[in-house]
Amino acid sequence: MNVAFFFEVLIGGLLAGVMYSLVALGFVLIYKASGVFNFAQGAMVFLAALTFVSILKMGINFWLALIITLGVMVVLGMSIEKVVLRPLINQPPITLFMATIGLTFVLEGLSQLVWGSQPHGLELGIPDVPMEWLSQKWNINVSQFEVFAAVVAGAMVAGLALFFQYTRIGRALRAVADDHQAAMAVGIPLKHIWAIVWAVAGFVALVAGLMWGARNGVQFALTFIALKALPVLILGGFESVPGAIIGGLIIGASEKLAEVYIGPMVGGGIESWFAYVIALLFLLVRPQGLFGEKIIDRV
Amino acid sequence: MNQEQRVGEVILSVESVSLAFGGVKALQEVSFDVREHEIRAIIGPNGAGKSSMLNVINGVYHPQQGKIRLRADGAWREFRDMDSHEAASLGIARTFQNIALFKGMTVLDNVLTGRNLKMRVSFLEQAIWIGRAKREELEHRRAVEEIIDFLEIQHIRKTPVGKLPYGLQKRVELARALAAEPTLLLLDEPMAGMNLEEKQDMCRFVLDVNDHYGTTIVLIEHDMGVVMDISDRVVVLDYGRKIADGTPDEVRANQAVIDAYLGVAH
Amino acid sequence: MLYREAGQFKSTYAEDQQIFPIRQDRFAVALLLAVAFVAVPLFANQYWLSAILTPFLIFALAALGLNILTGYAGQLSLGTAAFMAVGAFMAYNFVLRMPWLGVIPSFILAGLCAAAVGIVFGLPSLRIKGFYLAVATLACQFFVLWAIQRIGWITNYSASGVITAQKIEILGYVFDTPVRKYVLTLAIVAVMALMAKNLMRSETGRAFMAVRDMDVAASVIGIPMMKTKLLAFAISSFYCGVAGALFAYTYLGTVEPEAFTLDLSFRILFMVIIGGVGSILGSFLGAAFITLLPIFLSVLFGGISHATGMEISHAVVSNMELIIFGGLIIFFLIVEPHGLARLWQIAKEKLRLWPFPH
Repeated sequence: MNVAFFFEVLIGGLLAGVMYSLVALGFVLIYKASGVFNFAQGAMVFLAALTFVSILKMGINFWLALIITLGVMVVLGMSIEKVVLRPLINQPPITLFMATIGLTFVLEGLSQLVWGSQPHGLELGIPDVPMEWLSQKWNINVSQFEVFAAVVAGAMVAGLALFFQYTRIGRALRAVADDHQAAMAVGIPLKHIWAIVWAVAGFVALVAGLMWGARNGVQFALTFIALKALPVLILGGFESVPGAIIGGLIIGASEKLAEVYIGPMVGGGIESWFAYVIALLFLLVRPQGLFGEKIIDRV
Repeated sequence: MNQEQRVGEVILSVESVSLAFGGVKALQEVSFDVREHEIRAIIGPNGAGKSSMLNVINGVYHPQQGKIRLRADGAWREFRDMDSHEAASLGIARTFQNIALFKGMTVLDNVLTGRNLKMRVSFLEQAIWIGRAKREELEHRRAVEEIIDFLEIQHIRKTPVGKLPYGLQKRVELARALAAEPTLLLLDEPMAGMNLEEKQDMCRFVLDVNDHYGTTIVLIEHDMGVVMDISDRVVVLDYGRKIADGTPDEVRANQAVIDAYLGVAH
Repeated sequence: MLYREAGQFKSTYAEDQQIFPIRQDRFAVALLLAVAFVAVPLFANQYWLSAILTPFLIFALAALGLNILTGYAGQLSLGTAAFMAVGAFMAYNFVLRMPWLGVIPSFILAGLCAAAVGIVFGLPSLRIKGFYLAVATLACQFFVLWAIQRIGWITNYSASGVITAQKIEILGYVFDTPVRKYVLTLAIVAVMALMAKNLMRSETGRAFMAVRDMDVAASVIGIPMMKTKLLAFAISSFYCGVAGALFAYTYLGTVEPEAFTLDLSFRILFMVIIGGVGSILGSFLGAAFITLLPIFLSVLFGGISHATGMEISHAVVSNMELIIFGGLIIFFLIVEPHGLARLWQIAKEKLRLWPFPH
């Protein structure tokens, strides 16, 4: 058993996990503030990436394109909140979830209608080559790009955690997540808050879109990344920002390790379902996830 | 028929039951008994543990200490860990403080679900709908229609429960509990939120159920007038402890009860 | 005022329990069945039979299965396609390895296999609810597809996992033309729909709905949680399994595992939502809607393209399809969560009084 190889797989898995966490963060934000499980997050990631790349292709400068795309995402987020979510305010969570499934289809169709459906490459200037000193010193190959993504994700998580904890708006968001009525009763403007949340989620989607797009190319398959975020959320809880990171790390690492070490024994391709089965087993033991709150049924 | 003739032996005995949720002590060493055919009221200020007591009796909550003894089918059963499904099969039925009806179904269907423990036919026979399945369904329909007549809800039998006013929903819930032909009926604030007329109707129904079917009834109620009028004996809880136990007159005159709950005797 | 319902009294409970208590409804249904079984095979063309009507019936059956689980019993499932796959591939295996069984018993056994898989993947529902359960069903969806592709004997060691459904022969009569396949499918679907209706209006159906509406209360009045939930998964998966077998044998002919992806699961879920959760009729309406919509759209765009002289590419049409599907889902959830079935009911109520306003 090659120890160096083990660490290579482990670190690769952890970094992949960080990428999942980026997407999961978007879910957590929206769920935290409005109690809606936004299945369309994956489609938003796709739309963000596709918009950005297409604007770039029109010859516009990188940073300007970034700002324009951010603007698009913010407007999109706020429109979704107004058109889809507000009419469904008092419906049970299942209904809202199914509405976001419908939204996914709309966004997917819209993205491709507007920007076309060929895959695009995305260059962020950071090569996908192994980090030299790790590779030479310990014979561990870890991609520079993945480390960069991890740093970006880490910075975002730290920023978001601070935002929720210490700013006035962050506090208001937490209040809204806990109890809409009570929040309104103390004067928190619900609609503004939701608009802000969806805007931030749009921003997170953009960052995730950029990272994933640079890694895998911007193509339709990106929308399925959202599905992988589900096991991450189950492990980490739907409402916890640190949980999204830890959940992502666990899922990413165990998925890669399983594929490499257990995969060959059963014919490979385990990655398609391993994360979900892990989440399933986890739910059986702890239905509320690592960081979630215990559900008590009162009669 | 006066009380001594109607009321029978003890059929339920709550012995030293203690229940806590984390640090909150809902019930502390509560003991009392219930006699067959009687109407027993549990009263007390909010948060005294009354609903928790009912939940313990029918197996929704499990007490950390103490036990429940129930006489079912002639034999005494003793338990602490019984689950609610078992309680139902032992002949305990109940209604809930916040109506627990199945909002997506009609009144008739809701009451029919109360009969589920008596239904024997397998799902395959139900799918084919001949012979036994058909007969059993019609037999239960007949039984349920009797209860619907009894509680005067014939005119709304096909209405989805979610569309009914609060008072009628409470009556439907009572019908569903009765459909199980229970020996012990637990009513959690059956008259909450009702106006005077609705309360009078509900009182009449509760008394009729006790009279006609002989069902033993334990009810939680805040309206003192109702409690004094219809119950045979009363248990008073305060902060999870029993502070009085006796006939309505005895309880009304009890100083501890007056201090905790009733205020100045009137 | 299209028909008068007044004057039709029920004097026994048996009469009241009928599926179609009103005389005119019974007549209408009899007429519909006559058209479906007799007129259609006589007059419909091949294209309609093999590309529209047969798949409509198959999807209606799958939607029915999903409706039983999600609409009546309230357990959200995203693994419908996986159960269909089990049905399809197991039917193939039964016919291949035990040809003496006959096609119909093979379909039934295939359905039972799907039911078994359903029970296994339904076990988590005893602890997990809501969209957590949806994730568990996703595990089922991905795992089953992977297993079918990896376990050699399921596909008879075919290199790409593709199988070819054998011809259907029942008691010497071969079902190989579109007309015969259509009639066979229709017969199977009609019988299963009737059984489902019977089931849903008896105690099983009530138990399912009780679990859906308030499972704690259901448990308190004596409805057994485990048995009820697992039965829901079993029956639902059986229906989806048979639908999958029909999918392979009377529609596709050549089947690959990729035909049963998550996309198909979503499509069937959409049929249930648009058609109406908790409604047998709704499953059919939803399936009809989703089967016909792509055709309607391509005709529409063909017309627009013709009229304006503009080229509208295939990609545009399929993207518009996505947008319209998604948009309709949202529209129905906002405006009429109980779908087309409820709209149909409302229409009938209004027609009772028309042309009077109330």
